[in-house]
Amino acid sequence: MIRMSESAGSTQDREALQSAARESDAIAVERTLAGERDAFRVLVERHSQQLFRLAYRMTGNEQDAEEVVQEAFLRAYRNLGQFGSRANFGTWAYRIAANYAIDRMRQKRTEDARRQTPSALAEEQEQDPLDLAPDERPTPDRQAMNSELRKKMEEALKELSSSERTAFVMRHWEGCAIEEIAAVLKSTTSAAKNTVFRSVQKLRRALEPYVGARGALQAKAAGAAPEPRGTEL
Amino acid sequence: MKHLTEEELIGYREGETTQREAIAEHLTSCTACRTELDRLEAVLSALDNLPMPERGPEYGRAVWQQIAPRLPEKAGRGWRAWFEPRRWVAIGAMAAIVIGAFVAGRWSKPKDSGAPAASVAQVRERVLVVAVGEHLGKSEMVLMELANATPPAPGQKQINISAEQQRAEDLLDANRLYRETVQQSGDAALADVLDDLERVLLDVAHSPQELTPAKLESLQKRIEAHGILFKVRVVGKELQEKQKTPNSAPAPTESKAGERNKA
Repeated sequence: MIRMSESAGSTQDREALQSAARESDAIAVERTLAGERDAFRVLVERHSQQLFRLAYRMTGNEQDAEEVVQEAFLRAYRNLGQFGSRANFGTWAYRIAANYAIDRMRQKRTEDARRQTPSALAEEQEQDPLDLAPDERPTPDRQAMNSELRKKMEEALKELSSSERTAFVMRHWEGCAIEEIAAVLKSTTSAAKNTVFRSVQKLRRALEPYVGARGALQAKAAGAAPEPRGTEL
Repeated sequence: MKHLTEEELIGYREGETTQREAIAEHLTSCTACRTELDRLEAVLSALDNLPMPERGPEYGRAVWQQIAPRLPEKAGRGWRAWFEPRRWVAIGAMAAIVIGAFVAGRWSKPKDSGAPAASVAQVRERVLVVAVGEHLGKSEMVLMELANATPPAPGQKQINISAEQQRAEDLLDANRLYRETVQQSGDAALADVLDDLERVLLDVAHSPQELTPAKLESLQKRIEAHGILFKVRVVGKELQEKQKTPNSAPAPTESKAGERNKA
């Protein structure tokens, strides 16, 4: 996957590791294509966590995210012949997962629109994925996270279109390059940039009244304020 | 002093601007823009605190165990897909229409030059009617099986719909070709039904191969919501009637189209 460079850490070591993983991926792909089905297992075990993270951020639901991961690997296996051995399997599988997650989100939106009854809404609220998700963060952090704010954030993310949510997740949380976001959204890089901008703008409009000064203080305390996320494009 | 725009601030925060240095310099001297950036940062930091369910290193193994039984014997398709039998079914179906229409056109060459075009068009339409009728019959079978599928037994967590899914995928290729042909022939109502059918087939083809009872129910509800089974049945019957009445295949009338739309 094309990622923005980070300032900290040993870049050379990381690059060497990434290159070794890519090489090993390429061998696993070749062996799978030669009929050795178990070779695909290496790829699944290596890339599952990364795909789950992306899928969960995009769908906001653990069950859907797991389904996206499984389906992405099934599709990758079925279409492995289309995968050029020089490309990066991780990036390719990542795109398949992102595209399937977009389809899934659109499908869900249609379903939700169809059954917008008060009882359905109540049921949805009961099954808030954020409440169901196991939370392993330290207790003080968890206490600091106001449940109402969490709900607002989840709502704000849901309000984004599937393209906007994809762009935001890929850029902000996954640190993907604009070119890669554009490839997933099947758009130009400038359109992808605009989508990222629009998503951040919408989230800001929706959440600023709830975040307020406390959030600003938290951000400052974390030292995150003006630090850019990566290199320019 | 000219303040930074929201777009510039967001671009700077998300690492997407080409004027990083100029913006950074401006931020050191402009309190208003700095405050704006802090407010933006507060929102993004709050979002970063949303809980993220962790998956440990054993997760990959679990995923493999889930998908391994569902993997076909051999991976990869690419250009080889064109040599798969299911592709040839769709291509064969289309070829049958084209050849049938051509041969029918030749046979029905007018002895009386009075109404040649009408006779050729009628025979071509009959060929299409037979092919689409058959296609709707097959689609109805798949959808019926899914609509009537019972949830898995108590010991079983998921139900496998891979066979229906494969058939839906096969039907999709043929459906696209029929829809386009029907559209060209001007039967908008039939084209609409085929369009609806395509959406449902696509939904089935894109569903996971193994469904939990809740997901099976949701799929069944989606099929039901489209009312597609009823539409397919009504149109299928109509096409069967058309087949039974030789040389009487009329162009779709408004009333017929209206009936289908009602369905």
